[in-house]
Amino acid sequence: MVAVAPPEHRIAGDRDHLGRAACLGLLLLLVFFALLSLGQGPSGVSAPQVLADWLAGREVATVDQVVMLNIRLPRLLTGMLVGASLAVSGAVMQGLFRNPLADPGLLGVSSGASLGAIASIVLGGLLPPAIAGIFGWYLVPVAAFAGSWIAMVVLYGIATRHGRTSVATMLLAGIALAAMIAAVAGLIIYYANDAQLRDLTFWGLGSLAGSSWTKLSAAAPIILLSLAAMPMLARGLNGLALGEATAAHVGIRVQRTKAIAILATAGATGASVAVSGGIGFVGIVVPHLLRLVIGPDHRWLLINSALLGATVLIAADIISRLVVAPAELPIGIITAMFGGPFFMWVLLSNRRVLDA
Amino acid sequence: MNLTARNLHVILGSHPVLHGVDLTAMAGRLTAIIGPNGSGKTTLLRALTGELRPAVGSVTLNGQDMARLQPETLARRRAVLPQQSALSFPFTVAEILRIGLIAHACDDVEARALIRAALAKVDLPEHSGRFYQELSGGEQQRVQLARALIQVWQPVGDQGPRWLLLDEPVSSLDIAHQLTVMRLAKNYARAGGGVIAVMHDLNLTAMFADHVLLMQQGRASAEGPTETVLTDRLLSQAYGCDLRIRHAPGDGVWLLPQGAVV
Ligand SMILES: Nc1ncnc2c1ncn2[C@@H]1O[C@H](COP(=O)(O)OP(=O)(O)OP(=O)(O)O)[C@@H](O)[C@H]1O
Ligand SMILES: [Mg+2]
Repeated sequence: MVAVAPPEHRIAGDRDHLGRAACLGLLLLLVFFALLSLGQGPSGVSAPQVLADWLAGREVATVDQVVMLNIRLPRLLTGMLVGASLAVSGAVMQGLFRNPLADPGLLGVSSGASLGAIASIVLGGLLPPAIAGIFGWYLVPVAAFAGSWIAMVVLYGIATRHGRTSVATMLLAGIALAAMIAAVAGLIIYYANDAQLRDLTFWGLGSLAGSSWTKLSAAAPIILLSLAAMPMLARGLNGLALGEATAAHVGIRVQRTKAIAILATAGATGASVAVSGGIGFVGIVVPHLLRLVIGPDHRWLLINSALLGATVLIAADIISRLVVAPAELPIGIITAMFGGPFFMWVLLSNRRVLDA
Repeated sequence: MNLTARNLHVILGSHPVLHGVDLTAMAGRLTAIIGPNGSGKTTLLRALTGELRPAVGSVTLNGQDMARLQPETLARRRAVLPQQSALSFPFTVAEILRIGLIAHACDDVEARALIRAALAKVDLPEHSGRFYQELSGGEQQRVQLARALIQVWQPVGDQGPRWLLLDEPVSSLDIAHQLTVMRLAKNYARAGGGVIAVMHDLNLTAMFADHVLLMQQGRASAEGPTETVLTDRLLSQAYGCDLRIRHAPGDGVWLLPQGAVV
């Protein structure tokens, strides 16, 4: 299945075999953590047991079935999609902005989403009951998604002139827009009551606890569509590493690459933030780590980022449920607690490469 | 088959840079663009690559309007070495060359063979595993040349001659590698391809160019066979300093002692 070329045929500096091997390894790791995640939770239902019973055609207790199918499985799938989205979006943004520290936050996606969430948490009560009733519990995710898209469309519009998008303008306008959004958000927070403030804080920390099939079925199509678009970007992003002019010279349609990158990233992160809140660090740490191991070739970086991102998020979710069991911590705390020091360590041990 | 520019006017920002330049570069010849700093050589080359759209005038490649050609099609007919190159992630030399093959449908075996051959041509046969960012300036320039070369490896294709557009290809090279690269360009032209090179070294231009365009303040002040453009009068006037042409002993190679008269 994985054909690794014998060394004498390979040329030095060709790292395709590493990308391929990483794919396989990460796939196995993902399956391992997925099973672990299914088997873990306060109810004590054992995944191998349930699976074995199912396969053998034995009766499975209804409670076990409900726990597995309606609680743990949607949570696992949501975690995988969100992790993959955040990591791939990070890799795509870094390629587009030609900067290893870029993340989807630069598109205004995160600030737009948080404004949407804040507004719906604090002002949602002011909506006429009929309208609030339509959205029900989904008011926050829907508002977050709408907020992220509006912010992104505004930024894209500002940065595009005569059919060409200026990445540098987008970056700077993104910072200005984020500041303006933060001011509006601050104003709304000023009027929040104590219960709303608590909700806001938890939303900001991110969590997979509220996962359900309904939420997943709303977010999954957007996320999957966005993820499916990303492999088309691999060669374009490789070309862009040499600058926009050279990318065009080697045959890349630069403007189309930019547009797809921006739309797909905004879709994937917008939907992810909507279902899980603000989960930081995955988008920067995962692609960075992979670049150190398999190199920056986007043909391998994107797919491996998706796999590692999904794995990392599931692992973080498992930890978040273990630390204070039977309660659970917001997952954003876990990713930051592990991601921060880890990233620092990676940076410090690679100073030579970074400073060069 | 040729690459021609007709009455090119290019405006950058609000600044008119080219004021009606004409150029006819023929396949099979090495065409040099010379002229002082800021005279518009790079701008002209960027218009010839299709990167800049002229405000007035047109560029045609093998008889087809450049503005109508798709990026992929264009990439299979001409390759470009820019005056400056940047790289944002730690790619290896082999991976950079691979980027030159983006517009081609070639399998791994072909790609490997091409990468090896291209690196050998620019005299970097052992460098495929090195990180680009850790190479010297001259080595980086030769890697970029190899990246361009691999993109149009066969000088002539089904659609006619292919083109190499080089902006100061020898600017950071030592004397031996200047000769390596100029011979490489000349051989590409001899094999039927087209080469247009922006040059600052007038000696190398005299040695290798078949046809020369002299730029001055956004205009072509002379165009023609090398010996008709490299004259005392034209060069002294264009560069604003006194230059004398001498004949080298032996065959008809021209030599230009810089600042012949002090
Ligand atoms: N992006 C730009 N905007 C405005 N003016 C520009 C731009 N790029 C170049 N110019 C101007 O156009 C003129 C021609 O520039 P060009 O780069 O073509 O010169 P050149 O002949 O290649 O010079 P050199 O020998 O230094 O490379 C210069 O006066 C330069 O200042
Ligand atoms: Mg120049």
